[in-house]
Amino acid sequence: MSIRTAPARRIAAAVAVVSVVALGAAACGGTTKDSSSGSSSAPSAGSTASVDPNAPVKKGLTIAYLPKQVNNPYFTTSDNGGKKAVEAAGSTYKEVGTSSGTDTAGQVSYVNTLTQQQVSAIAVSAQDPGALCTALNQARKNGVKVVTYDSDTNPTCRDVFISQASSEDLGRTEVQLMAKQIGNKGQIAILSAAQTATNQNAWIGFMKDELKKPEYKDIQLVKVAYGNDDAQQSFQQTQGLLQQYPNLKGIISPTTVGIKAAAQYLSGSKYKGKVQLTGLGTPNDMRAYVNNGTVQSFELWDPAKLGALAGYTAIALASGQISGAPGQTYTAGDMGSFTIGQDSTVVLGKPTVFDKANIAQFNF
Amino acid sequence: MTDLAKPAPRTWGRDALRWDTVVGALLVVLLVLSFSFVDNFGNALNLSFLIGNTLPIALIALPMTMLVVSGEIDLSVGSTVGLSGAVMGKLWNEGMAIETIIPICVLLGVVCGLVNGLLVTRLGLPSLAVTIGTLAAYRGIAQIVLGSNSVTDFPQQYLDFSSGRIGGTFIPQAAVPWAVLLVIAVVVLHATPVGRSLFAVGASQEAARFAGVRVKRLKLSMFVATGTVSALTGVFWALHYASARYDNATGLELSVIAGVLLGGIDFDGGKGTLGGAIAGVFLLGALQNVMSLVNVSAQSQTLITGVLLVISVLAPRVARQAGRARARRKSAEAPPPAVLATT
Repeated sequence: MSIRTAPARRIAAAVAVVSVVALGAAACGGTTKDSSSGSSSAPSAGSTASVDPNAPVKKGLTIAYLPKQVNNPYFTTSDNGGKKAVEAAGSTYKEVGTSSGTDTAGQVSYVNTLTQQQVSAIAVSAQDPGALCTALNQARKNGVKVVTYDSDTNPTCRDVFISQASSEDLGRTEVQLMAKQIGNKGQIAILSAAQTATNQNAWIGFMKDELKKPEYKDIQLVKVAYGNDDAQQSFQQTQGLLQQYPNLKGIISPTTVGIKAAAQYLSGSKYKGKVQLTGLGTPNDMRAYVNNGTVQSFELWDPAKLGALAGYTAIALASGQISGAPGQTYTAGDMGSFTIGQDSTVVLGKPTVFDKANIAQFNF
Repeated sequence: MTDLAKPAPRTWGRDALRWDTVVGALLVVLLVLSFSFVDNFGNALNLSFLIGNTLPIALIALPMTMLVVSGEIDLSVGSTVGLSGAVMGKLWNEGMAIETIIPICVLLGVVCGLVNGLLVTRLGLPSLAVTIGTLAAYRGIAQIVLGSNSVTDFPQQYLDFSSGRIGGTFIPQAAVPWAVLLVIAVVVLHATPVGRSLFAVGASQEAARFAGVRVKRLKLSMFVATGTVSALTGVFWALHYASARYDNATGLELSVIAGVLLGGIDFDGGKGTLGGAIAGVFLLGALQNVMSLVNVSAQSQTLITGVLLVISVLAPRVARQAGRARARRKSAEAPPPAVLATT
């Protein structure tokens, strides 16, 4: 008989214990979002006292690249740019990363592994502004310099952010390109990457601000869709947008994966040439669609240069030439001199617009 | 009735060939080799990373072991982790206190487990099919709840707890509640009538029923326990990685099941020990840590884990057959006992 009744009671007890442990972990008091600052206690950016702008460039460092997603053509290009820069400076390059662009836990694991391997510096494109903070700060405590490129973390979690172009320039120029293509009139939509992507959201913020200007009063932003930097999802989101808004005049896709997927869909549909597409893309990805009339013009920075600048900055940090404090100036190999700006951000430069006339000159 | 509930008597010769002992030995060998030959393996920080990364798997492995011993399986655990994290992030964004959110998440796990358990026990559906369904369903609900947002601004003291260590040692703080649960699970599975009933059900459901085990209720409670621990893991996961997302822990179920099977828990139920399962889980965890340290690519890591999973299903059977062959050789010298014919 004991077997009959015991199991349920014992298991109920076990479940109760589990709940108690959970409640115990919850500890005392009520912590809500508003009552905690949430941001992590970061070590202050290295003291300026130890910085020597004339320090020699150290050789034999290990600079690790952790892109948002490995085998993504955009990051392959930028990291290869980084590889050239790092090796030209006499140091070792390596790249690690997850095959998914939204695997934040995976990125955290990679940061931890790199901390273990005691690399000199990590150049990371963050999938999420906050999730990497604990791990990155742990890395910094262990002497690893942290440079973010392409997509930033919270400023307290890294030494320097390499911005591809100012967010404001990118956001506003994409709206200007689109407005010109649709004659300042009609419904438009945005096809972004992940809803959490810091850089995408900053650009979209400036796009919305730019659209408030009186000359764009006849342009109506109907929807921001998210393709998660996945070709299939972006393709389907494009289909969905065109079905949902039959009068759609244009799509802005500020992501290289998104714009290519959208171009692929448009070029094979009845909307080719009727619905305009612009945004951020690579010339190699977009060449066919520019030449066949699906896309008039789009823009981007040179990702290889972005990766190279991240590498040179990491080396300057690890050599003790800079600490990441605003106002410091350093030399980035053959790219010339750069100055660290507000929020410890370094801007690569203005975006380049690609169209039928000039696209043949670029190969990346 | 009591005869059925008692584990089969063991002999020394068979013990040496038991798969869970083999896995435990493999783990020790791997650790010794890694300490000796892998740079940066043996320091406290790395060991804490190893344990911290393996903890979510080790947590869920506790109830999963019992479930598999009873002849069932739960593939929805990864999705339950994601759902729990998504609900946690959503409620946190709504301004609810985290001390209220955590019990709600645990309760949610109870519900997820109940749904799985009721579908399996009341409708008599195979758990493999049911939980493949809820694997998709729970993940879908998680995405509806949180969208593709990620919530990362949890209170610092909780983030510190779930990624912090005890003093300067390599032991993560979160390993302490896990150790408590481990002790409970070992006692329940190996030293109580509940555990004996689980083995009995796994060995032969019909026989167990005739012996007076309330099979359905037992299985239901195991599903509830699995759901609950998964939801608790979801809370831990979100805090450990400072990221509550709907796609948290995608594919975690495979790591859990790989570990449990590698640890010698028979997929058909009725055989295995929790010690073996935990050794299996940490063997995979340590292997992954070492592979990362020596720069084995993520793809190759997945491949190696997959191969290990196949081996782990095959090897215990081979080991058992070898054991039986040896027993047969021995019994050939003595008159053969009739019982052996049944296995």
